[in-house]
Amino acid sequence: MAKKIDAKTINAPRHNPAAKLDEIMTGTTVFNIPFPKDLNALKTMSPIIIKHPYYVEYIHSYGQDSPFFAGLANKKLLGTRCGKCSYTYATPRLHCTKCGKETKWVELPQEGRVHTFTTCYFGSEEFLKDTPFHLVLVEFDGVDTLFLTRLIGVEGPEDIKIGMKIRAKFRRNSQLKPTDVYFVPAG
Amino acid sequence: MRPVYMVSGGVSKFEKARPDATFQKMVKEAFDYTMGDVPRLKPSMIDGSVGSYFSDHFTRQLMAGIMATDYLGLCPKPNKRVEGGGATGGLCFQAGWESVASGRMDVCLAFGFETMSHVQTWKGNEFIALASDVNFDYPVGGFYSGYYAMMVNRHIHEFGTTVEQMAMVSVKNHMNAYNNPYAQKRKRLTIQDVRNSAMVAYPLTLLDICVMSDGAAACILASEDMAFKLTDRPVKITGVGTGTDMMRMADRPHGEVILAPNEKKSDYRNLKYPGVHSFRAGRSAGLQAYKMAGIKDPIKEIDFVELHDAYTSSEIQTYEDLALCKYGDGGKFVEEGHPFMPQIDYGLKLKTKGTIPVNPSGGLIACGHPVGATGLMQAVFAFWQIQGTIKKHYGSAELQLKKANRGLIHSHAGTGTYVTVSIMERGW
Repeated sequence: MAKKIDAKTINAPRHNPAAKLDEIMTGTTVFNIPFPKDLNALKTMSPIIIKHPYYVEYIHSYGQDSPFFAGLANKKLLGTRCGKCSYTYATPRLHCTKCGKETKWVELPQEGRVHTFTTCYFGSEEFLKDTPFHLVLVEFDGVDTLFLTRLIGVEGPEDIKIGMKIRAKFRRNSQLKPTDVYFVPAG
Repeated sequence: MRPVYMVSGGVSKFEKARPDATFQKMVKEAFDYTMGDVPRLKPSMIDGSVGSYFSDHFTRQLMAGIMATDYLGLCPKPNKRVEGGGATGGLCFQAGWESVASGRMDVCLAFGFETMSHVQTWKGNEFIALASDVNFDYPVGGFYSGYYAMMVNRHIHEFGTTVEQMAMVSVKNHMNAYNNPYAQKRKRLTIQDVRNSAMVAYPLTLLDICVMSDGAAACILASEDMAFKLTDRPVKITGVGTGTDMMRMADRPHGEVILAPNEKKSDYRNLKYPGVHSFRAGRSAGLQAYKMAGIKDPIKEIDFVELHDAYTSSEIQTYEDLALCKYGDGGKFVEEGHPFMPQIDYGLKLKTKGTIPVNPSGGLIACGHPVGATGLMQAVFAFWQIQGTIKKHYGSAELQLKKANRGLIHSHAGTGTYVTVSIMERGW
């Protein structure tokens, strides 16, 4: 939506000496560069900087953690519980870090509380398009560890409070990523 | 184990970008400075080296360690790469210490570097975030500033730490760096400047967070015999400690505080530890190093600290982990002025200045953080501080502490995943 501009706004100086264009990774293809006759002059030559693309498709297995992602695709939030010491993990692991024994899969409650939070206004390149987004660590009753997720349905950090109740929601079309589950205020 | 001394150090000036040099050349600059400071040391007397860089993604070159080693002319002597996220440099320093302490080498070079300018900043953040669980954490919005923001929001909730207290750390470290020619950002700031800069991840602003850098650092470590042959003022490494914690901060336990010698159980009746507000690895590393160095009351027995202030919040959290103050008192600790330099004017009203100066060099926030070099940079700055040679190396004595007989260096990875603490003391 266009900003409303009145005469007063137009007359006010709006100079920003710190204004700067973002660097972009596009450029011109160069096939030749100038070269001096005197080889001693090479020590003062500017560095040559080239673009170097790097793209890989991995065959990535979730291994023993795969059932967690199958659970998300079926609207279930799964954690694990140690068969020996009963320590319960919100983010699953097949072996208990406390006693070393194998854990079993358990269904977690779909309602929890905000243990801590942030709102990211910048991010890694992959997530810049999502900014601002909210990250929370969720705590669940009867579960010993936390779960990292995104919170939606709030505007800014002032809308998020530690201890507030939040509820899990699931994407209908699973991406087989931990973001197949996200949380909203419990209402 | 036999005693180990540091005899020399050097740092390439940390910059946003060094397109004029490859990593080998930057390491060579740091190495040549190091060698120039101990003329009695000839390259033939170096028995081997350990090298460190954090990210294969930034380097886009595997086995870069050997390329630096061959550039320095140290083949065919021993070398290996040491890596552990943000603590890479600190781990490398300790690997050098191990090489000499074990008797394997009499003189060992520890060098480190990073070339972070080779990608755009937001891609760099992506590379760094790959040092979080790529199955469960990274895809949710992998961003280290976001992780640290969550940790400090819990610290604020538990202890009442304030964003102004965090901003004071930024003012302090930028101001210290004002007199350090090696630093990347030398600025006089106010608390308002820090709070008014761009919000990155609530409540952390751009000036609460360190920047990415290109740079290298080098240290020479030696046995007692060799140390005193090479220099009249060797610095002894009297304590080393290395702590670890779960990669996913969601997995951190909520148990009992690991007590420092100057603390008691009743100090922490209702505190669940470490949770996500404290770094158990930092506490563990600190206590190991204190025990080895015979330190019972760190604030009274250590003269200064160079710690891993990737975030202003993590500097406050680290005061507590290192038992410079009790858990929960970190914010008050900086507000009262304890970690400020006694001789520097910060434009702040401070009750007690200089109890234990923290990051006299300016730390990561102001000096920069070329990851593999950072922990070694701290060792070099601490070494000069203890030697009393700040004027020689910085060109001004502004940052020289009057009493700098014993210093602590602290290097930190992940969300507190690997932490190293080393104690350095006047050895002559």
